[in-house]
Amino acid sequence: MARRYAMEFERPLFDLEAKLVELKRLDLSGNPDLLVEVSALSEEIERLRAETYTRLCAWDRVQIARHPDRPKTQHYIESLFTDVIEIHGDRAYGDDEAIWAGFATLSGTPVVVLGHNKGTDTKSNVRRNFGSPHPEGYRKAMRAMRLADKFGLPIVTFLDTAGAYPGIEAEEHGQALAIAESLALLSAVRVPVVVVGIGEGGSGGALAIGFGDHVLMLENAYFSVISPEMCSNILYKDPSQARIAAQQLKLTANDLLEFGIVDEVVSEPFGGAHHDAAAVIADVGKAVVAALAQMSSFGPDELVARRHERLNAIGVYGS
Amino acid sequence: MSIADWFTAREKRRYTQAGETPAPVAPQVPEGVWIACGGCRHPLEEREFISGGRVCPDCGHHHAMPAPERITALVDAGSFVEIDADLTGADPLLFEAAKSYRQSLDTAREKSGLSEAVITGRARIGATPLVLGVMDFRFIGASMGSAVGEKVSRAFDLATAERMPVVFVTASGGARMQEGMYSLMQMAKTSAAVKRHGDAGLAYVSVLTNPTYGGVTASFAVLADVLVAEPGAMIGFAGPRLVEQTIRKKLPKGFQTAETMLSHGMIDEIVPRSRMKEHLALLLGYLGSGAQGGER
Repeated sequence: MARRYAMEFERPLFDLEAKLVELKRLDLSGNPDLLVEVSALSEEIERLRAETYTRLCAWDRVQIARHPDRPKTQHYIESLFTDVIEIHGDRAYGDDEAIWAGFATLSGTPVVVLGHNKGTDTKSNVRRNFGSPHPEGYRKAMRAMRLADKFGLPIVTFLDTAGAYPGIEAEEHGQALAIAESLALLSAVRVPVVVVGIGEGGSGGALAIGFGDHVLMLENAYFSVISPEMCSNILYKDPSQARIAAQQLKLTANDLLEFGIVDEVVSEPFGGAHHDAAAVIADVGKAVVAALAQMSSFGPDELVARRHERLNAIGVYGS
Repeated sequence: MSIADWFTAREKRRYTQAGETPAPVAPQVPEGVWIACGGCRHPLEEREFISGGRVCPDCGHHHAMPAPERITALVDAGSFVEIDADLTGADPLLFEAAKSYRQSLDTAREKSGLSEAVITGRARIGATPLVLGVMDFRFIGASMGSAVGEKVSRAFDLATAERMPVVFVTASGGARMQEGMYSLMQMAKTSAAVKRHGDAGLAYVSVLTNPTYGGVTASFAVLADVLVAEPGAMIGFAGPRLVEQTIRKKLPKGFQTAETMLSHGMIDEIVPRSRMKEHLALLLGYLGSGAQGGER
């Protein structure tokens, strides 16, 4: 049996499963004790499986959001859209493959698609910098936003990044400026913006293409101001407190639904989207189509006014 | 929601005016207290140092400046009227770490005498009426939570409504992580407010001071028409330690300093604190009071 990728919280379950496989390899015929053990172990596994996947804490969900087999932006584009045309480059310096941008058609509706573009294997991950954009990526995204605005095409974005890349060149090329300009532009585009959080929502690098008129989030996706590890490092002076930090940061889809930052949570199969990628992608497709239909009743002025009002309403403060 | 409703809703969250209250005055320091310059370790008599704008007369190092002192140094005497003075951080996530967020807020209020990490208000610089915002690093590293984001966004909306330019003096460690996503969303909220102001043809000048990082740099701080920085200010998105850990290489000399930002074309100019007021007055003259600005 090929070695499976085990998330931290799955390890006890996977260990038991491996034990069962070992047991079953033995000659069970004429060994009633072993048969009893096999059946007991199978029962224990089922019990543990239910327990493992029904009581997910925030940190477990972060692990699921980062699972290597989790469907990526590329899979959503390939499965949901037709007549896809990718565009390239920021017209200033380069083409950042950590961001996907282009035109595509969703159930007959032409749209502009943007997404953090994590790779599917080592080679594509190196090319796409594991989905962590440089300023060039955000500048490409802004080109796409302007095209959408100019030609009246709704924007659909897919969020899946650990964060904007914290490197020397990224800083020197104006990472902060690129993100800030993207935020300003996205707040003002006169077309519907539908956002889908599919995996990681790492801070400003995710937010740069991560707010709009309807925000969908997969059940196990997360969106956070800072990674649980970094938060743990800074506030608890101890990187091993990431589990607690994740809980404290209230970064899950359901937390954010409660806060009014997310509008809709798309459920995932038991154990995470990678257990049935096709079904999850199809559900996301339906939800995006419904959101676009809902948005189509608003005129451009109304869309922008609603978006600004929505942003203004986010925040809890005293006076 | 109809557009009319939107305007009504916006009316409701307009700034509150504190009356003719001047900015809080800096606490008095007794005579004969000596401190060491943060740049060259040169001994400085604290009262002299403060009245000299916290710039070392020896090496020119620009030290952190409390917001009330900054306001006094920048505006025409007596012209500052604070708005939203009572807005203050809440604790929406009931965040507990080594220290609870509630505790951090109490300590910050007590130590700084401020209600939040930014002071906003109406002022005049060189007779130009404007809206001024000044951040104060003493207040939880001038991090941006809901209250800071709201104050920034209301300041821009006031300037938009009354067709005034905005000057913002920034300093920040970034987003206030104890407020989780509420804090991150302030980046979008403030950027949208700056965009509305800019689209109305109004001027915005930002003064980046040491240090300006993270979610503040990557939102309203750098969206200005003209970006001015103080000498030696560290400005960036990711902090230097994180960058060093990520690339596992030593950082180049001068990385993220205002001087390097200038040579990479990321800011417009570096202006020493002693000349900041007259410089802003001159600059605002070119950018107009807003009356000449064209709505886009």
